[in-house]
Amino acid sequence: MTDQKTPAIASDREPILLTKKDFVSDVDPRWCPGCGDYSILAQAQKAMPEFGYARENIVFISGIGCSGRFPYYMNTFGFHSIHGRAPTLATGLKASRPELMVWVITGDGDALSIGGNHILHSMRKNVDIKVVMFNNRIYGLTKGQVSPTSDYGQKTKTTPGGSINYPIHPLVVALAAEASFVARSVDTFPDHLQETITRAGKHKGSTFVEVLQNCNIFNDGAHREFTDRDVRDDRMIFLRHGEPMIFGKDRDRGIRLNGVRPEVVRLGNGITEEDLLVHDETSEDPTIHFMLARIYWPEFPVPVGVIRNVTRTTHDALLQGQVDDAIRREGRGDLRAALGGGETWTVER
Amino acid sequence: MSTTEPTTESTTEHEIAIQELDRVTVRFAGDSGDGMQVTGSQFSQSTAVFGNDISTLPDYPAEIRAPAGSLPGVSGFQISFSSSPIYTPGDAPDVLVAMNPAALKRNVGDLVPGGAIIVNSDAFTPNNLAKAGYASNPLEDGSLKEYNVHEIPVTTLNARALEGLDMTAKQVDLTKNFFALGVMFWLFERSMEPTLAWLEEKYAKRPIFIEANKRALMAGYAFGETTEIFHTHYRVAPAKLRPGTYRNITGNEATALGFLTASQLAERNLFYSSYPITPASEILQQLSLYKNFGVKTFQAEDEIAAIGAAIGASYGGGLGLTGTSGPGMALKTEMVGLAVITELPLVIVDVQRAGPSTGMPTKTEQGDLFQALYGRNSDAPVPVVAPASPAECFDYAVEAWRLAIRHMTPVIYLSDSFLATGSEPWRIPELDELPDLKVANRTDPQGFYPYMRDPETLARPWAVPGTPGLEHRIGGLEKLDVLGSVSYDPDNHHRMSMLRAEKVARIANDIPPLEVFGPPEGDLLILGWGSTYGAIRSAVERLQGRGTSIAHAHLRYLNPFPANTGDVVRAYRKVLVPEVNMGQLLFVIRGTYLVDAVGFNLVRGKPFQISEIQMKAEQLLGDL
Repeated sequence: MTDQKTPAIASDREPILLTKKDFVSDVDPRWCPGCGDYSILAQAQKAMPEFGYARENIVFISGIGCSGRFPYYMNTFGFHSIHGRAPTLATGLKASRPELMVWVITGDGDALSIGGNHILHSMRKNVDIKVVMFNNRIYGLTKGQVSPTSDYGQKTKTTPGGSINYPIHPLVVALAAEASFVARSVDTFPDHLQETITRAGKHKGSTFVEVLQNCNIFNDGAHREFTDRDVRDDRMIFLRHGEPMIFGKDRDRGIRLNGVRPEVVRLGNGITEEDLLVHDETSEDPTIHFMLARIYWPEFPVPVGVIRNVTRTTHDALLQGQVDDAIRREGRGDLRAALGGGETWTVER
Repeated sequence: MSTTEPTTESTTEHEIAIQELDRVTVRFAGDSGDGMQVTGSQFSQSTAVFGNDISTLPDYPAEIRAPAGSLPGVSGFQISFSSSPIYTPGDAPDVLVAMNPAALKRNVGDLVPGGAIIVNSDAFTPNNLAKAGYASNPLEDGSLKEYNVHEIPVTTLNARALEGLDMTAKQVDLTKNFFALGVMFWLFERSMEPTLAWLEEKYAKRPIFIEANKRALMAGYAFGETTEIFHTHYRVAPAKLRPGTYRNITGNEATALGFLTASQLAERNLFYSSYPITPASEILQQLSLYKNFGVKTFQAEDEIAAIGAAIGASYGGGLGLTGTSGPGMALKTEMVGLAVITELPLVIVDVQRAGPSTGMPTKTEQGDLFQALYGRNSDAPVPVVAPASPAECFDYAVEAWRLAIRHMTPVIYLSDSFLATGSEPWRIPELDELPDLKVANRTDPQGFYPYMRDPETLARPWAVPGTPGLEHRIGGLEKLDVLGSVSYDPDNHHRMSMLRAEKVARIANDIPPLEVFGPPEGDLLILGWGSTYGAIRSAVERLQGRGTSIAHAHLRYLNPFPANTGDVVRAYRKVLVPEVNMGQLLFVIRGTYLVDAVGFNLVRGKPFQISEIQMKAEQLLGDL
């Protein structure tokens, strides 16, 4: 599904054929050479034809930070808003124009520091927006200050003595906020990233995707310890719905529950696949999803893939439903009657 | 109370005098749990339906239930009604209804000399007297001798009227305000019908409450009719208002109806996004009832989200509207700037209250004018409109949208607590009297650029998502003139700053001139804005009646000012600007027009009284 013509059905027009090229705008991307954002942009542009939306029916809304430039490079409608607030604009747009496909592009500082409240509430209201959060664990655009996902002890320009704050786990926040789709991918895993974005785009409801992204200027190698090609199979676990949680180059390790705690076990010596947890992204009970969102290298392999994917009626559909119900029940509003409501009296000439 | 000929007629076995009055001001006061707001608004409703001109002012504590019987827990509702047009809820009440000692203590000082006091004597227990800080019982110690005091054991009489109903003593007690209301209905010859109809609707599912309140109301009325404590009842003839159909309306109700109307006139869906805040919350509550008009309401997680969602809706081609009060305005500031630079239509309602910070949430003030005009980073011009009376809130809600759509700009609509909660009769407009708000979205991709402009208004096109061929990107970064791409070019930024300013300035060509009430030139002009209208107009009418050279002009447009404003303020020897703030319009007028205007500034959380404006004007005229 790279650059081949993909048949797609636009929501309100003739069947159309779009390719990645159709989604490339006339603005040249201006991120630092080697930035992980280039890959995220490319995978998003490749995924877009999959959804069957005409370009004019897709809107990208961003906040502030390096991620904020993203909409300029997408040949769709785009709105580069203010710091942390993209979910609010997206919510209002989606509520009033439910037929549009609305994406929010954000970063770890934008989404989890200044904009934390909006992430919480757009997710819990199941607003049908697709939030893609680029997590480079640093403030890049402002040139290297500590972020809410920076490591404890990390030295940055504002924490020369080391950060005294414990980092936030973005996917735990998304789950706690009742996001109906929660996933993680990595900028340097193009196929996995494209697949994750495609699945996010097809989900109806509040969607939160964390993309582990490298800032090669201000926080180079933030994820390298487990994402590098030669270690990733041993230090990450690729989640697949319905499959046991197995990882390792030799697929010889897995995760099982010991009481209420997860533990890594080696298969063999009486331990079989039967003992391992089986990934169920559709489980209403989020307990295991919370566990997957919380475990991390070096204690555990880092999970990537779709962690949670449940179906709930979306905010825009519920809102529109109340409008439709009211019209069905009371008829279309009559302005004259509304103005003349309540007790009235007439003054004669 | 201004009176004419007293007459006498025989009604029951008692001889009851009937006194004709021009204007009466009544204040209901009681514990915040006593239902004084309901009592006051029911009395207002009947009085409006009777045909008097009315003006009302609720005054309630911010605490939902301050300790019962305490001074901070006193809730009041004032209504002035008249047989001729009136503009204010009255300076000093002629009649005070006090349901307990605290209500008496808090309000008796405002009463006109010789005014009437009706008290619930049952509430004057040693305990309640102590809570109100009375060392002795004012009903017995002679301290009220300059007033005309009527003691009624409301609690006892009301309980007797409700005997036999299956209700707790507490529930019975909660209806005693309707007994007092019944007494007042009798005293001023009001019909009980609107209230009885209201009860039927309000308690449709609790018939016992209908029966209980009805009995309380009728018992109060009968008490007035049969008792000998009142020797007079009062008649205020209907006022001669402009012909038409009227309803009594508060500012917040009129505001909500205005926005609903704007959406119907513009044929665009209204999206109202707000965060609860006193005194703006009623607008969100009321608009949430208009779903069958396609109105969508959104209670956002905070003030910033509220305006952000509204901008999102406007970006999508809807009418994105947000509402708040001063503290919420402060939070929305950055978003207003975003709407300025993206040049999207948006209306921001600020129902002002006393500040700074949380201030006095239920008390009125005009302190947010500077915030509306200037409260943003950099040069970010925003049109500002301000209605002058509760009924006018309707007109300016529509007007705010007309300007926002036609000129592609955010517009700030400044109401205040006095307008929002006060009420007056509103002549319901005919639909064909209302302006046309329809504008077309841009649909033609040929020659389209996001920041191309209408040559007359300088408005940019409304190019909404979903329009084929118009895909483009906007945002908070400075844009290249016409093309709309991001630009850091110095000359372009200067040009765009000038264009944004010029676009708003040109609105002066699209609004009516400032009207003057009184001589077009002379000794003194009183220039006001917002809710000071009634007090200024009444004071000016009184002084004009004495042959003084005085005029009144009232600004509904604070940015830009009407084109003739400079000519008006320069045509008088003195200009007085009364404001419920420390002199904000004054500062702008002096700075803009270089006139030596003087301020009159009282910030007490309550409206000006007519007499205060009058005295200040007399003082200035005396100095000439």
